[in-house]
Amino acid sequence: MRLDFLPWLILLLPLAAAAGITLFTLPDRERSARLSIGAILASFALTVLFVAVNGLHVAAETRVTWLDIGDLQIDFGLRLDALSLLMLLVVTGVGSAIHVYSKGYLREDAGQSRYFAGLSLFTFSMLGIVLANNFLMLFVCWELVGVSSYLLIGFWFEKPSAADASKKAFLTNRLGDFGFLLGILLVWATLGSLHFGELEQRLGQTPGAFGTLATIVGLLIFCGAVGKSAQFPLHVWLPDAMEGPTPVSALIHAATMVAAGVYLLCRVFFLLDLPGSHALTVIAWIGGITALLAGLMAIQQDDIKRILAYSTLSQLGYMVMAVGVAAPTPAMYHLTTHAFFKALLFLGAGSVICALHHEQNIWKMGGVLWRMPVTGVTFLLATLALCGVPPFSGFFSKDEILAATLTGPHSSPLLFALAVAVAVLTTFYMFRLVIVAILGMPRADAASQAKESPRVMTLPLLALAVPSLLAGFWSIPGAYGEHLGHLELEHTTLAMIASLVAVVVGLLLAIRLYGGVKTDPLPEKLGQLATLLRQRFYLDELYQATVIRWNDLLATVADLIDRWVIAGVVVRGVHGTTELVGRALRLAQSGNLHTYAVLLVLGVAVVLYFVIGR
Amino acid sequence: MTVGLEHYLVVSALLFCLGLLGVLVRRNLLIIYMSLEMMLNAANLALVAFSRFTHHLNGQVMVFFIITVAAAEVAVGLALIVALYRKRQTANVDDLILLKL
Repeated sequence: MRLDFLPWLILLLPLAAAAGITLFTLPDRERSARLSIGAILASFALTVLFVAVNGLHVAAETRVTWLDIGDLQIDFGLRLDALSLLMLLVVTGVGSAIHVYSKGYLREDAGQSRYFAGLSLFTFSMLGIVLANNFLMLFVCWELVGVSSYLLIGFWFEKPSAADASKKAFLTNRLGDFGFLLGILLVWATLGSLHFGELEQRLGQTPGAFGTLATIVGLLIFCGAVGKSAQFPLHVWLPDAMEGPTPVSALIHAATMVAAGVYLLCRVFFLLDLPGSHALTVIAWIGGITALLAGLMAIQQDDIKRILAYSTLSQLGYMVMAVGVAAPTPAMYHLTTHAFFKALLFLGAGSVICALHHEQNIWKMGGVLWRMPVTGVTFLLATLALCGVPPFSGFFSKDEILAATLTGPHSSPLLFALAVAVAVLTTFYMFRLVIVAILGMPRADAASQAKESPRVMTLPLLALAVPSLLAGFWSIPGAYGEHLGHLELEHTTLAMIASLVAVVVGLLLAIRLYGGVKTDPLPEKLGQLATLLRQRFYLDELYQATVIRWNDLLATVADLIDRWVIAGVVVRGVHGTTELVGRALRLAQSGNLHTYAVLLVLGVAVVLYFVIGR
Repeated sequence: MTVGLEHYLVVSALLFCLGLLGVLVRRNLLIIYMSLEMMLNAANLALVAFSRFTHHLNGQVMVFFIITVAAAEVAVGLALIVALYRKRQTANVDDLILLKL
């Protein structure tokens, strides 16, 4: 492997930018932005250079020892293989477009420096996850990603909703990470190593090492992915995370961070696919349920970013489901294409929101395509890619997943039916959004006076439109398959036809229901069901009434114990006794010389008695 | 009757106890001070007696030191007592209880 210092540089440049901004250029918005954008562009360029020199199939590592305790040696190591290098390209590539776009989106915001520092910190942590060669380093970066996501969701912290959303995201993620940490400990306790390569080797020698714990370890690791990739039942934080600035939603909550969970599952796939383990079945069904629920919730949302957020949830469910049917290659493929077109959708939505003076309700948009041609056209292209219309990138990756559910090693006709249903829903809600907000006539004054966004925002849109269109022809699954194992999928015509029929049905439904309407016709037609969907199946309320309520109760009890037992009896008791003794001893300090003298003589007498007298 | 070490030590102990008694019962600061000096000299007497009867000079050297230090101490102590008397118009220890908490 040549140029083996390059990955370190790629990893550390964004960190240097974050540190530089925080330490030196906070007052200077312009320089902060340049530093951050420069760092990610350099990282992207270096990644391209590295891949150009070494190719994708390097399968190498560079490492420095971090901890050396007894039998446990932990490195800061970078693992370079097709999986991590392709992810590296995606993260730095999509990240670059979004960094540049942010410059335009936040051009009037006073906190721009803080924003770019957060974005650079996030990029560093995400690259850390991608490159990590052991569980511990991955976990550290995993948490750092959570922290930077917290900082960026709460970027407009003066808005209570944003502050709450950032807290909710962080706490929900922590819940999943707790399971993840337990999983890591279990792996270490059983196999005595945290290094991915060694783990894979040891499991290759003794596949039954976990014995009856095989399912448990898979599910604990999956807990981390449930939190980070917002799978049911921890999906509630992602829609709320849309309170952050739109480029953040695009980068973190669509393209990269939420994909980290899927990446993790693929990275440690050898831990999930153990003999006697049922983890994959659970994973497949959790993914399927998430995809379906999120798709249903998306069809009754009115906020453009929330629709996209639920769509992201649904697509993440797809990827997780693909991992669950033992098809990590299609999962990573869909992750890659999804990163392109979902980032594009979010950036397009941001462009519209910006032009409409921060209006996010789709029923107050309309006519965007005519007023903002670049935004409108790229948004349309991304929608087609997301729905899986050939020959856009989404078609290929979605087809792979459908084929995997039908003919893969863990195929299940039920999951196939579910996946097709989700595909119908995807087309339906995306075209509902497009017909209402992008096509047609302006529905409000702001929409009729919208102007195309500046070049700094439209150029990233165009840049992302290229891979959204063409990624299907780049033989990405071949590259992933090199590492994750090729799947012998029969690309049955059934899967392809089903995916095409799903698109057509969804499209026709959307046109039939939403063509030329002024208000949403669905609530009348579906009645209570529409309210249920609009209220997200009352899951937030359910959590409020159960988990959060119980937690509050527990907290109240803990507070009482702290206040009365610990602070009251123990602390006050010690302090009170000391004070009483002090008050008593104080009486001895009479200030009278004779008293002191008598006491001194008595003391000497006692000492003499003990020294001589006995 | 020859005068032995015990006799000296008894005198020394009597002197010491008298001084201690003075310190404990008298109220006048000056008298207390003189009693203290008496206790010091009781110690000196004992040291000289030991030196004489053990044929070592160590005790006498020690006494020289004590006399020197006591002289310096008397100078400072008396000055303090005079200054205190000027300020408070009394040398009675029962009135000097400023250190009381």
